[in-house]
Amino acid sequence: MYKYDQYDNQIIQDRVSQFRGQTERYLNGQLKEEEFLPLRLQNGLYVQRLAPMLRINVPYGMINSAQLRRLAHIARHYDKGYCHVSTRQNIQFNWPDLAEVPDILAELAEVEMHATQSSGNCIRNTTSDQFAGIAADEIVDPRPYCEIVRQWSSLHPEFAFLPRKFKIAVTGSDTDRAAIQVHDVGLQVIKNEAGETGFRVLVGGGLGRTPVIGSLLREFLPEEHLLTYLDSILRVYNLLGRRDNKYKARIKILVKAMGIGAFKEKVEAEWAHIKGGPATLTQEEIERSKSFFTSPLYEEIDDVSVQADIDGIAADNIAFSKWLTRNTFAHKVPGYIAAVLSLKPTGVAPGDITDNQLDIIADLADKYSFGEARTTHDQNIVLTDIKKSELFEFWKTVKAAGFATPNIGTLTDMICCPGGDFCSLANAKSIPVAEAIQRRFDDLDYVYDIGDLDLNISGCMNACGHHHVGHIGVLGVDKKGKEFYQVQLGGSANEDAALGKVLGPAFEQDDMPDIIDKLLNVYVDQRNEDELFIDTYSRIGLQPFKESVYAKQ
Amino acid sequence: MPSNDQKSDTQIIKDGKVITDEWQLVASNDEEQTGSVVETKTIIPLSVFEAHKELVERDDIGVWITNDVDIHAVADSIIKLPVIAIDFPTFMDGRGFSLARLLRERYDYKGEIRATGYVIRDQLCYLKRCGFNAFSFDGDIDLESTAASLNDLTEAYQTSVDKPSPLFRRRA
Repeated sequence: MYKYDQYDNQIIQDRVSQFRGQTERYLNGQLKEEEFLPLRLQNGLYVQRLAPMLRINVPYGMINSAQLRRLAHIARHYDKGYCHVSTRQNIQFNWPDLAEVPDILAELAEVEMHATQSSGNCIRNTTSDQFAGIAADEIVDPRPYCEIVRQWSSLHPEFAFLPRKFKIAVTGSDTDRAAIQVHDVGLQVIKNEAGETGFRVLVGGGLGRTPVIGSLLREFLPEEHLLTYLDSILRVYNLLGRRDNKYKARIKILVKAMGIGAFKEKVEAEWAHIKGGPATLTQEEIERSKSFFTSPLYEEIDDVSVQADIDGIAADNIAFSKWLTRNTFAHKVPGYIAAVLSLKPTGVAPGDITDNQLDIIADLADKYSFGEARTTHDQNIVLTDIKKSELFEFWKTVKAAGFATPNIGTLTDMICCPGGDFCSLANAKSIPVAEAIQRRFDDLDYVYDIGDLDLNISGCMNACGHHHVGHIGVLGVDKKGKEFYQVQLGGSANEDAALGKVLGPAFEQDDMPDIIDKLLNVYVDQRNEDELFIDTYSRIGLQPFKESVYAKQ
Repeated sequence: MPSNDQKSDTQIIKDGKVITDEWQLVASNDEEQTGSVVETKTIIPLSVFEAHKELVERDDIGVWITNDVDIHAVADSIIKLPVIAIDFPTFMDGRGFSLARLLRERYDYKGEIRATGYVIRDQLCYLKRCGFNAFSFDGDIDLESTAASLNDLTEAYQTSVDKPSPLFRRRA
């Protein structure tokens, strides 16, 4: 994991002092509300329905035990004892006091964390694959490049007042677990035929009101040119992106309006001038960044023997067996395995986590996984480096702590935004819908029979719950002051990225579990052997689902 | 649009110091303010500058540009002038940051680049890093304390006009 040096510390401390001064000027009436607004946003602070909300960056999802404990402390002392894992791997506090936010940022700086640009019309936290570095299908570990992008984007003087927010995601595998096709810029680290490292660059993807799958901007960008190329993309966007209508201000609208060909011409023309300039990465810098993401000291373990032990335990223990099937992920190193801690037990808002749970995860990370953990964009926590020989003991601890709901990747592992209960942008609540669905589908055998299913819920068309890319997507809408829910089918956020199609007229909140039930029944009736929901949908299309759901009783 | 300022004792921040502005700025492209009648040390709108060929010979006037200008189309003619002002219609509109960088880095402009219109103190550090060296503010504000914000952030990761070498080339 990246470790700050004196320069990183200086930069973050200056930032804390700057924001402390800005907050004081605001509270003294020396800084106008509308002028403080973008400054506080660029330090992570929203003003929400009930209280401010502070969003803290978890750079590409990497977090260590000291940071987890500090978040627990912040939850206890400055908030109401819990926080929330967001759909972009960040941590959100829902109840901080504005005047105390500079103190919170100072506490974070001590453990090398910050909230810089976690909101606002600027380059946001870079996200990545939660299994980076340990996935067997990985071609190149994306994290050294994520860190390079984090540093480049942090306090970038030219791009702090963009037309709109700007999100970058990086993956290093063919299997896309970072949803790079629905980001403003998506980067896939690849190797060319000569064995050189570079990036496949996508641009103009995104969700929100106008969901778009990103377009290919460059098939292979040699690694040393990463920052000059990003500078070029951002400069074209900064100068030409629309500023007259915030709903048409994202780069996806510019790319669509210009056409990818014309947009690429502009970027390449800009790049021709700065390519090879001082921002060109040096091999030393790439190596320096890589040096923070080397493999931990794995033991040499006979995988066959420890796997046989696990299989033996699983054969006698159904609960462990279910968890093993759903909540673990294969590790590239023999004898090790990654485990997903589910933050989606029934009755808890998806992604919510308490101070005590944060402390427990910190302890688990220290004991079992080299002191590190990851946040995921589907709002869970991953510990990547567990010895298979310790897995059963690990599971017992995790189960006692409430993280062992064996539902990862299933219908009840929903992505869900905070919705109308917390967010001032939302048209409708999302958490109660998620909970009602979880309660209806509490029969794990049924949930397992349904298998992999992405159910994503957003409380408004800003799409923080990624409803467009759910196999089943639910969107809260407001009709004459009443909350309704529109359903979409067929979306995907992975390498086969697709946007869902609207099923038909929206439903009332109370009807949602029944609607989901009907959709699942169509799938169960029509599926061929081994077909997942999304496969059956792709084969039979929207119509059979539509007929079932809207049939007259 | 920047505001008209004919007073002789207007203060601005330039090169880190609060000084009396020796320039006056003509905000509108009124016909009376055109051609050879442009007084010395006047910053005129780009449209006026472009409309009067004889102004190209002047080296005692400046020009101000809106932030939607195609900088590549006008750069060759304006970089001969001692002052280029870039207007910020609102502080939230960040196009001016890119324009200043292009003038400095692409066109090697050495004169004064002035931020006019609506900028706020908290942007000074970024503006300076993008190549602005002069800042005019509307209204009654304390320029001395404002100028301190030029140095809010003492270190930076990226390449910039004031420090072309990015941090990764300078790390000890």
